[in-house]
Amino acid sequence: MTDNNQKKSSTFRFLVPLIIFAALAGLLLYGLGQDPREVPSPLIGKAAPEFELPDLLDPSRTVSNADLDGQISLVNVWASWCSACRAEHGTLMELARSNDFQLIGLNWKDEKTDALTVMRMTGNPYTLIGYDPDNSAGIDWGVYGAPETFVVDRNGIIRHKHIGAIDPVVWEETLAPIIEDLKREQAATES
Amino acid sequence: MRLFRPKFGARARLLLLCGLLAISAAASAYTLEEFHFTSPEQEEQFRVLIGKLRCLVCQNESLAASQAELAQDLRQEVYGMMREGRSQEEILAFLTDRYGDFVLYDPPLKPSTYVLWFGPFVLIAIAAFFMIRSLLRSRAGPPAELSENERQRLQQLLDTDSSVKDETS
Repeated sequence: MTDNNQKKSSTFRFLVPLIIFAALAGLLLYGLGQDPREVPSPLIGKAAPEFELPDLLDPSRTVSNADLDGQISLVNVWASWCSACRAEHGTLMELARSNDFQLIGLNWKDEKTDALTVMRMTGNPYTLIGYDPDNSAGIDWGVYGAPETFVVDRNGIIRHKHIGAIDPVVWEETLAPIIEDLKREQAATES
Repeated sequence: MRLFRPKFGARARLLLLCGLLAISAAASAYTLEEFHFTSPEQEEQFRVLIGKLRCLVCQNESLAASQAELAQDLRQEVYGMMREGRSQEEILAFLTDRYGDFVLYDPPLKPSTYVLWFGPFVLIAIAAFFMIRSLLRSRAGPPAELSENERQRLQQLLDTDSSVKDETS
């Protein structure tokens, strides 16, 4: 090694630990920014699991995969005991007006009377509500909490899962663009 | 024997209490009473299985330890599948199909987890490489690279130093 080279390498040598530190700090910061409660669903891109549940409001009717065919659906997992569900209820009421998709409820691990009371008091944003008190459909959908919302395309394929409440920001930034994409896809296949 | 009692009694009692508390805490962590097994092997198999599975609500607890309702559901599900005679692999596959690899405490070895499995060893290897290199360098370091002038000056310094010593002593 020439004298000059040696000088150069020793000049920047102090940078090595600095770079290592910065890389580690970056990695840890990235980790901090991630939400550990958001477990990615292995069901994305797959057909919605088979299910058949009685409708909460009309037990003579069932809610099943057939109800997902032909249009974009938001399948929203909710329960009367879940406070975040109450928080997102207003947004859901707004979304219920849209003609771009249908809102299907999945009433999860709930008491029927409590669930009915909530619907009576705060209004019903759902087209249909599957009643799943013992988590029989929930387990197949990989539900581990409420609220969770699945975006299902008109072929019954799960395209996205949102964990946690839907508020206007979540809607604008994540869900609305996905719905737009699905609509565009649909238009493309039709033409 | 009687003599020792006052001295050790309190501590022994405390230890016993702690032990009992620990046992009762472990026992109440989950209740196996709700499950009935046909053999001790089956019970053992069940314990092992739910120990391998993570509760998704309380994340750092296994299905065996968690009190969450979801964990209860999943324990029930695992139990049901076991009674149907499904193998451990089938049961684990059932759960990973729905909840992803996250539900397992031991992540499976596949390309997306290579960093997780091999990363620490790679880092250790890199650290070892640099450590050995610097050790070898310092051992084969430059002891004889003094120029003639420097050597003379060093000798001079050593000489004056010893002369100072001589004067003081």
